[in-house]
Amino acid sequence: MPLLEVNNLTTYFDTRQGAVRAVDGVSFSLEKGETLGIVGESGSGKSVTCYSMMGLIPKPPGRIVDGKALFEGKDLLTLPEKEINKIRGRSVSMIFQDPMTSLNPYLRIETQLIEPLLIHKVCSKSEAKKRALDMMDAVGIPDAKNRIRLHPHEFSGGMRQRVMIAMALIAKPDLLIADEPTTALDVTVQAQILELIKQMQSEIGMAVILITHDLGVVAGFCDRINVMYAGQIVESGTSENIFYDAKHAYTRALKKSIPSTQDKGKKLYTIPGLPPQLIGERPPCAFASRSDLDFSEEEAKMESKYIQINPGHWVEVHPATVENYKEYLSQ
Amino acid sequence: MTQLVSKSKLENFEKGESLWVGAWYRLRQNKMAMFSAVFIFLLAIACFVLPEIFKFDYQIQQREKYFSPPGKEFIFGSDHLGRDQLSRILHGGRISLLVGIAATAVSLTIGITYGAISGYLGGKVDRFMMRVVDILYALPFTMFVILLMVLFGDNILLMFAAIGAVEWLTMARIVRSQVISLKKQEFIESCRSLGLKAPRIIFRHMIPNILGPVIVYTTLTIPAVMILESFLSFLGLGVQPPMTSWGTMIKDGADRTIVAWWMIAFPGAFFAATLFCFNFLGDGLRDALDPKTTRKN
Repeated sequence: MPLLEVNNLTTYFDTRQGAVRAVDGVSFSLEKGETLGIVGESGSGKSVTCYSMMGLIPKPPGRIVDGKALFEGKDLLTLPEKEINKIRGRSVSMIFQDPMTSLNPYLRIETQLIEPLLIHKVCSKSEAKKRALDMMDAVGIPDAKNRIRLHPHEFSGGMRQRVMIAMALIAKPDLLIADEPTTALDVTVQAQILELIKQMQSEIGMAVILITHDLGVVAGFCDRINVMYAGQIVESGTSENIFYDAKHAYTRALKKSIPSTQDKGKKLYTIPGLPPQLIGERPPCAFASRSDLDFSEEEAKMESKYIQINPGHWVEVHPATVENYKEYLSQ
Repeated sequence: MTQLVSKSKLENFEKGESLWVGAWYRLRQNKMAMFSAVFIFLLAIACFVLPEIFKFDYQIQQREKYFSPPGKEFIFGSDHLGRDQLSRILHGGRISLLVGIAATAVSLTIGITYGAISGYLGGKVDRFMMRVVDILYALPFTMFVILLMVLFGDNILLMFAAIGAVEWLTMARIVRSQVISLKKQEFIESCRSLGLKAPRIIFRHMIPNILGPVIVYTTLTIPAVMILESFLSFLGLGVQPPMTSWGTMIKDGADRTIVAWWMIAFPGAFFAATLFCFNFLGDGLRDALDPKTTRKN
């Protein structure tokens, strides 16, 4: 049994213009100790997928229309608040994007660090304090013994993100969801933080979901990668599949947009057009208007299909998204 | 040498301190706030202790000495019935300070709890709770108090409760709006992702973060409540003569300003000084309770 199995997760946000299909039928699974990357541009539903799983989307306007998220056999989406609170912070933890605002400015680092241990009644307060110190050492904050008594504003951004990681991992969770953990940090610190997550992962043996819009970040980090576009997973596979054998036009365009892979002196490649509106009637293929492939008007009206083209490598097949789509459809 | 100095500074910085210790340290740096705190403290002692020791009597009427100007016999003069102003100011101070502090405490407790719950839960619960506040706002305050007095008889404790029960409305609205904006902050989200339950999030994580505006509003409430008390006393609903309060003394004095200026000047001066001090203290507390305020070492 996989650690986490998400099935047809669908989350809508009600607005005055209509329901926004933020997450539109997402399915994936995650084994124990595995690292999954979710990539996609802003608004593609990466974060909402994870927030929905954790029951953290504001309702209303958010609403989970359909789907299941089985964590160790329990459906997180239908679990009562009391039960899900026992899982949050204990079995599943999150790290957020902006470390500057993710810590309570009024409480000491220590107080916030030991909180997950205390509310989940993992151990006594004095034991928790000891563990907090060890954790501060583990995430690489020097002079932890004194620093643990400081307030968040006395820490730099990178140090705060380390504290956030320490807080998320202190109860030794089975799954860590990192929502763009390095976006707000500068490049040198980014690498350190990723390295730290990786190191803690091998120590604790947890699974990690890494949400990011930076392909470079997931490349060396993840076992599997889901590429999301307009609330759907358009391609899913191992890192090798995605980086050496990408089939979907969007994945390839994303790869083409990485600055370091482009010729010097030329204008940087960007994907033309805008992400589609997620309100109203669902188009047969969300990427059709931005695709650089040739297809007829008739072909554009075909329904797209999510097909496994190689073991473990799934692609959304549509004339606008893959070349030689007929080959795949006949398989 | 320079290195030594910077090292000791660093140690001091690195030790870290709790919110309250830090706040106390920062408050001590603020001269105005400290002066105000000391003033209020001394005033309270004067009002509650001095009359007991020196047997000041605020009731004795020396009719032949009415309207005596300030002098040897009456330091602050005497009123239209020949009563000693100093004794009356000290006795009146008891009522004024008690009303100011007790009623504000009542309004703080109700207002914070109600506003925080309403703002945190949001949605239909929030709408319902806020409509209740709107309805209470619309009730004429005087009618409300008169009703209470009629039902329960005039009792000074009841007046605290009545004033507090009305003053919490604004506090609830302020707290609610603050909580709503805090709710969207990432650290609250991170609390939820760690599995914290609502009461703990509200009382441990949110309320310390809204202390700033709450304290400022509290310092505005204390004077407002003291003035309300004088208004109620004037209507005969609050303090009953011969008992007195600063508010009633000012009212008495205001009618006789031309013949006896001291009747308004001295209670007025005490009243104003106290209100000033509460404001300075509140201002200082707000700065002191913010751990981000830089310390002047």
